[in-house]
Amino acid sequence: MVAKYYAKISGTGRYLPDKILNNHDLEKIVDTSDEWIKQRTGMWERHIASEDQASSDLAYNAAIKAIKAANLRTKDIDMIVVATISPDHPFPSTACILMKKLGLKNIPAFDLSAGCTGWIYAMDMARQYIENGIAKNVLTIGVEIVSKITNWKDRNTCVLFGDGAGAAIVSRAETKDISRIIDSEITADGTYYEYLIQPAGGSRNPASTNTIKENKHTVEMQGNKIFKLAIKSMYNACETVLKRNDLDVKSIHWLITHQANLRIIEALGKKLKIDSNKVIVNIEKYANTSSATIPIALDEAIRARKIRSGDLVLMASFGAGLTSGSILIRV
Amino acid sequence: MDVTAKVKEIIVDELGVDENEVTMDANFIEDLGADSLDTVELIMKFEEEFDIDIEDEEAEKLTTVGKAIEFLKEKLN
Repeated sequence: MVAKYYAKISGTGRYLPDKILNNHDLEKIVDTSDEWIKQRTGMWERHIASEDQASSDLAYNAAIKAIKAANLRTKDIDMIVVATISPDHPFPSTACILMKKLGLKNIPAFDLSAGCTGWIYAMDMARQYIENGIAKNVLTIGVEIVSKITNWKDRNTCVLFGDGAGAAIVSRAETKDISRIIDSEITADGTYYEYLIQPAGGSRNPASTNTIKENKHTVEMQGNKIFKLAIKSMYNACETVLKRNDLDVKSIHWLITHQANLRIIEALGKKLKIDSNKVIVNIEKYANTSSATIPIALDEAIRARKIRSGDLVLMASFGAGLTSGSILIRV
Repeated sequence: MDVTAKVKEIIVDELGVDENEVTMDANFIEDLGADSLDTVELIMKFEEEFDIDIEDEEAEKLTTVGKAIEFLKEKLN
């Protein structure tokens, strides 16, 4: 299909809950050490939502900032896509709860489940709706409160995650705009769906006293196996988009990857042969906020004026499913 | 291609160990100080350098330098 219009990111926002849990705090909860966590993951601290905060609350704060940054009024938003693995409720969607908080009605709003790749999936969808002329301003959000689906007795997983929300508005680009979503690519391979999973609470293992006793409502992950797949799938997603647009990696100004593990980020950077100064990392502050890592990092880098107008930014992620994807934008 | 020499070179480079330590019996984790992610990175380096795919089940068995060399020689034949 030939696009009728071009899409661009018109504004971004992020929200991190106030409470910070550092590696030393974790030493008091599970048998781990600051050194072990830093060495294996590059994480120093992570933000944790309060008891009374749900994902839609985090999403609302990020959304308001993104709408303001885009110079839009809330009522200009004509579609909401929320990517999350930790929704307020199994149903209705967090997007509909967010919609009520924003005072919006009568527009499409839904959640999508693509693990940590969720926001890239949301952006890919938003792009299609803008390019074919159906929507003008799509609110995309990656939001997670992983801390509430974490097994705080499992030292292999509980140290890895943090809570947060990142938002981006995808708008129809004017002809004069240099800012544009150039390309995006999403894919999945269900072969490995069990590698990263919240086993209970769905129709396979409905909630019961047993599933609660066995801690089956929390994240289970086979980290070592995912490590390799993560690097390969993000590499492929990046290469696909670069090749399709006849671009050399040297022309990319910034690479933002999913922040799951510093060693994955470094290994991917090496494989792509991209200058390490161009790789944006904030994992030390926020740990893995799942679908929120990339929009948080993007917003942070834009507001810090690190990413500037006209820069080419390549973003790539992978996650439960296993899903993967990438998106290339000119800011 | 001298597989043994190449494998040893990769191990020295990836794990930052001395060449003398890389004996056939040396266990990556116990003797060469690798952590679980180092071993995955090492496997990926083998895949890249020798242009092969190593399945997780195969990779799990490659615990020592000798086992890795033996496996790679067989795979490359």
